[in-house]
Amino acid sequence: MAGLMSGFGSFTHAVVRAVPQSLAKEALRTGSQEVDLLKVREEYDEYVSVLKHRLGLEVVELPADDALPDSVFVEDVAVVCGDTALITRPGAESRRKETEAMKTALTELGLNIVEMTDESATLDGGDVLFTGREFFVGLSKRTNQRGAEILADVFKDYAVSTVPVQDRLHLKTVCSMAAPGLIAIGSSEPAQKVLKIMQQMSDHKYDKLTVPDDYAANCIYMNLPGKGDVLLHCTPEEFPESAKVFEKLKDHMLIPVNNQEKAKVDGGLTCLSVLINKKNNI
Amino acid sequence: MTTEVGSETDVKKEPEKVPEVQQQTEPQQTEQPDKAADSAAQPASASDDQPQEESQSAEAKSDPEAAASPEPSSPPAAGGQKKDKGISRFLPPWLKRQKSLSQDKPAESTEPPRQESVEAVKEEHEETSQPKEEADGEGGATTSTEQTEEVKEVKEVKEVKEVKEVKEVKEVREESRAEEVQVEEKDKEEEKSIGSADTQPVREEKEGESEVKESEEQTEKKEEKKEEEQVNQQETSVLSALKLKKMKMVVCHVTLLDGSQFSCEVEKRAKGQYLFFQVCEQLNLLEKDYFGLSFKDNAEQRCWLDPTKEIKRQIRNSQWQFAFSVKFYPPDPSQLTEDITRYLLCLQLRQDIASGRLPCSFVTHALLGSYTLQAELGDHDPEEHRLDYISDFQFAPNQTKELEEKVVELHKSHRGMTPAQADAQFLENAKKLSMYGVDLHHAKDSEGVDIMLGVCANGLLIYKDRLRINRFAWPKILKISYKRSNFYIKIRPGEAEQFESTVGFKLPNHRAAKRVWKVCVEHHTFFRLVSPEQPTKTKFLTLGSKFRYSGRTQAQTRQASSLIDRPAPYFQRTSSKRISRSLDGAPVVNVSDYSQALTAGAGENGPSLELNSDSKSPQVEVVEKPNEDADTSLTSETAFETDKGGAPERKVPQQTPPRPGTDSRDASKSAEVKPEVNGQPEVVEVVEETVVIEEVVKAKPKSPTPEAAVTVETEHAAEVKEERSLSSDSESEDEAEYHAQPPSTSVSAQLIKEEPEEEQEADLTQQAPPSVIESQPITEAAEPAPAAEEEKPAAQPEEEACADEPLLTPDEAPNGHALQDEAPPTLKATAAEEEEPHIVNGSASRVETEHLPQVICCSEPPVVKTEMVTISDTFAAQKTEISTKEVPIVHTETKTITYEAAQLDGNGDGEPGVLMTAQTITSESLCTTTTTHITKTLKGGLSETRIEKRIVITGDSDIDHDQALAQAIKEAKEQHPDMSVTRVVVHKETELAEDDD
Repeated sequence: MAGLMSGFGSFTHAVVRAVPQSLAKEALRTGSQEVDLLKVREEYDEYVSVLKHRLGLEVVELPADDALPDSVFVEDVAVVCGDTALITRPGAESRRKETEAMKTALTELGLNIVEMTDESATLDGGDVLFTGREFFVGLSKRTNQRGAEILADVFKDYAVSTVPVQDRLHLKTVCSMAAPGLIAIGSSEPAQKVLKIMQQMSDHKYDKLTVPDDYAANCIYMNLPGKGDVLLHCTPEEFPESAKVFEKLKDHMLIPVNNQEKAKVDGGLTCLSVLINKKNNI
Repeated sequence: MTTEVGSETDVKKEPEKVPEVQQQTEPQQTEQPDKAADSAAQPASASDDQPQEESQSAEAKSDPEAAASPEPSSPPAAGGQKKDKGISRFLPPWLKRQKSLSQDKPAESTEPPRQESVEAVKEEHEETSQPKEEADGEGGATTSTEQTEEVKEVKEVKEVKEVKEVKEVKEVREESRAEEVQVEEKDKEEEKSIGSADTQPVREEKEGESEVKESEEQTEKKEEKKEEEQVNQQETSVLSALKLKKMKMVVCHVTLLDGSQFSCEVEKRAKGQYLFFQVCEQLNLLEKDYFGLSFKDNAEQRCWLDPTKEIKRQIRNSQWQFAFSVKFYPPDPSQLTEDITRYLLCLQLRQDIASGRLPCSFVTHALLGSYTLQAELGDHDPEEHRLDYISDFQFAPNQTKELEEKVVELHKSHRGMTPAQADAQFLENAKKLSMYGVDLHHAKDSEGVDIMLGVCANGLLIYKDRLRINRFAWPKILKISYKRSNFYIKIRPGEAEQFESTVGFKLPNHRAAKRVWKVCVEHHTFFRLVSPEQPTKTKFLTLGSKFRYSGRTQAQTRQASSLIDRPAPYFQRTSSKRISRSLDGAPVVNVSDYSQALTAGAGENGPSLELNSDSKSPQVEVVEKPNEDADTSLTSETAFETDKGGAPERKVPQQTPPRPGTDSRDASKSAEVKPEVNGQPEVVEVVEETVVIEEVVKAKPKSPTPEAAVTVETEHAAEVKEERSLSSDSESEDEAEYHAQPPSTSVSAQLIKEEPEEEQEADLTQQAPPSVIESQPITEAAEPAPAAEEEKPAAQPEEEACADEPLLTPDEAPNGHALQDEAPPTLKATAAEEEEPHIVNGSASRVETEHLPQVICCSEPPVVKTEMVTISDTFAAQKTEISTKEVPIVHTETKTITYEAAQLDGNGDGEPGVLMTAQTITSESLCTTTTTHITKTLKGGLSETRIEKRIVITGDSDIDHDQALAQAIKEAKEQHPDMSVTRVVVHKETELAEDDD
């Protein structure tokens, strides 16, 4: 009988999507680094394995589609909260078709599907930070005001505040939830600005976990039965200083996950899955 | 029971006893019968006196109810006092205080009262004397002597109350007059209400006490027979009816939260409070501070009935139709003491949800709906509860079959839950909704974009469509004001910011602006403060609306309700019949478990706590005056302030106004040093300028010219006072005022301006703080105005400034570049940083200069004051003197303002002095110092100069603020050896350490 806004971080299912061949060459990226497809796949497999075997989530894997080079980053195409899923309208035109498979999968999972049909709206799931009590939506190159409005309309229970994101791809490129009420945040200036705004806009008090590297601030928090607080975060190899910060979270089950290769195409840990809690049916 | 006697006795002395007995024995249901009986008996007596009643006589109900109602409001006073001592232990300290203050009056009223109230005297006498007799008589009649005794007490209380009522009316008026005399400022409009306002708090409290007592007593009785209570009430009502005789009565219709109508008669000049208490009594509600009565004004806008003012004046030509509703949504309903309060809150929320005012998702609609069913119907019964059983309920604005099915499904899962538990669960979920307790107002930002202002327990929220685009927590808000149809909030500077900024919103009209302003004042007081602000009478001059929230704050109401000690009152839910069924033998009376409720009572998030943590700030004001005429000097100050208040500052669309050293406002305050460590200010100044003008005229005696300014000043003073009185909450800023020269200031440029504000604005526009060089152009712009201004109201200078300002667009501002160059790197950085947030919140509007019309206020007659603005070199000389050597000069601005009174209006006659000149110099560095020189000509031809310094010390905890301040004061003294420091105000703002990892 979970009440409203309880059970933050508890998930039963995860939707992921296999890595397409085209990712290495065609995936959008802000940098210009070469991507080693093999490494990407290794990382992906490890990631899925953690979700499936280590954490016991039910993983739904969508098939790879070479026509959609960015499709491995499923987070951007759907925002799921409770039993409602908002199928987004990604800001990058080349990614719009990624929603189809996602919509099918989420429908099969029994979620209430809401589609963003307004053609003036764009929203990437990577710009949506759900804290358990409210949403922050980054207004970025990929997400606009209209997209945020639609999200607010879909998740009416929650306050939806907009946060301008500058110099970064997504809001969640610089932050994420590391525990209930704990925001992991990068230490760059844009990241700190974002945090400041979020703090000002919120009626709730958040603690912050500042990590030296913005990318490292993208982590995945879960609260799973039998495991308690779980945190998937960057590896010490990738971000040694930031990893040390996470290691201070003694009460969490800490699972470093390598994401080095996908980071080259701006993919964070959260980008790779859509997490769902099917038991959360009130 | 005694009360009954009283009333009846009046009517018919002999028959009294009989009726009483009857009534006592009568069951609750008899309401109508009782009423009938009462009405039968009363009409004779009452109708005689009240011709009006005749018409109403048809409505038998109204009479009895009305009768009942009068008691609650009035009785408290007398009853409370008598039993003060006994009750006192229950009273929170603040209550006691007020009591003591008010005691004189009460005492008078209680003892000699009967004689005093000429009108009521006879009747009341009879009542009072009779009741006792009756009581005796009753004693014989009644079975248990104990009861009779209690009864007696009750009677006395009520009787006294009645007497009081009558008195109150008169006394209040008298008092108010007295006050008026003392306090010149009072509005004509508000005169009466104000007078009453002062007295009212007392009353309320007393009432509260008496109520408590009553309730206690009642509860005792209850145990024996609930019916008796009701009888009591009815009886009391009867008594009250007697009073009504002489006054003109009006029937009020109140829509209750369950949709039912409550009608009661009130005296035509009754205050909102009276009606409100009637309703609360009807509802048996003790935790009433969360609630209020609203009405629709001519424009169909919902307005809250001010309890301290006459109903008639508020509703104007509207009907006497009201709605009882929740005014302050408790953030944590589990802390309410009584289930009945929670129940009423549930009813309100159900309405809010069904109407769409409180948006929620499908799942939440279903969940909340299921709790509603559980509370209203009890456990789901498959046989009785088929799908259509819920058709009576509306769970959502658009209720679908699917939703109903979901509701039923969830309802089944609540088996065993009591109605009170279901309500509690309902509230636990509803309170988390993002729009819970948010009072929305349509507005536009500075760019004309439609937005919504949401006033809530924590502050002010800004929405665009459904998105929250900005938020101003109460601690961030320094001042709330409105002018015409504009609504302004002055924002405390953030850690990185040096200066306050003002954000303005455009409301559809003046009334809307005032409405949102009032709601803000009330919410801030209720949720943020420990106790309401003191009435404004103490201040010399008050401009603007004196409206304040005078009820209890949340902290107070929690404290008071924690003392509630009555068995949970019985109340009927909308469909309680069904409840009894489904609960299988559950006691009909109390379905709710109060034990739970009581335990929940412990306060958690009390505002007081917040306050304590947030605010610690001693205030230091240093004022040096050569002459001892404090008043005069004040006046002059005021003028400056007025400027601030009067002229909204422009907003630079996207940037936070990084204000360079000079804030006109700051300037006006002269020397306020704000050490802002991460300060969070807690005090909110409320200024309403529109109203101000009118008041000014009246208030006039002191400073005719700068009246507007005066107002501001007064307010300012008020703030200070508030803070002190409030203690924990309100000390937040460090202000230092003194005559001495600014330690850190170098005065380089001389600007002769009418208004300090102009500069400010200019700064804002340009975003770069530096002002000196540029100022000249501005000055020129301003100059033309003065001539034109002659004969305009004092307020005008400000406005003119405003008017002129528009001309200076950011781009146009000649100084822009120069400023930037001058601006210290740090400043720029700050500005840059800050810009972003604003941009982010883009919707939040900056103050709009453009909107400032030259007309002072639409609704109120402008004050006619004539001023000539003179530009003279004399002052320039002064400035030169002022410059300081030692302090590193980052940024310096100098302003000179000269006022010469060309003509004084009638108002001006009484004035002690004329403001001759005022000059403000601001410099910025580690310390920011604003120096204001004010020279006035006193009546005798003497002139006095007052120098005020405002020093802002900003820094981390590393800085020794005390030392810095001491140094500053020392320097000031040294600079002006011939002057004395008359006042030092220190505002210290400290923010709790931000979450550091």
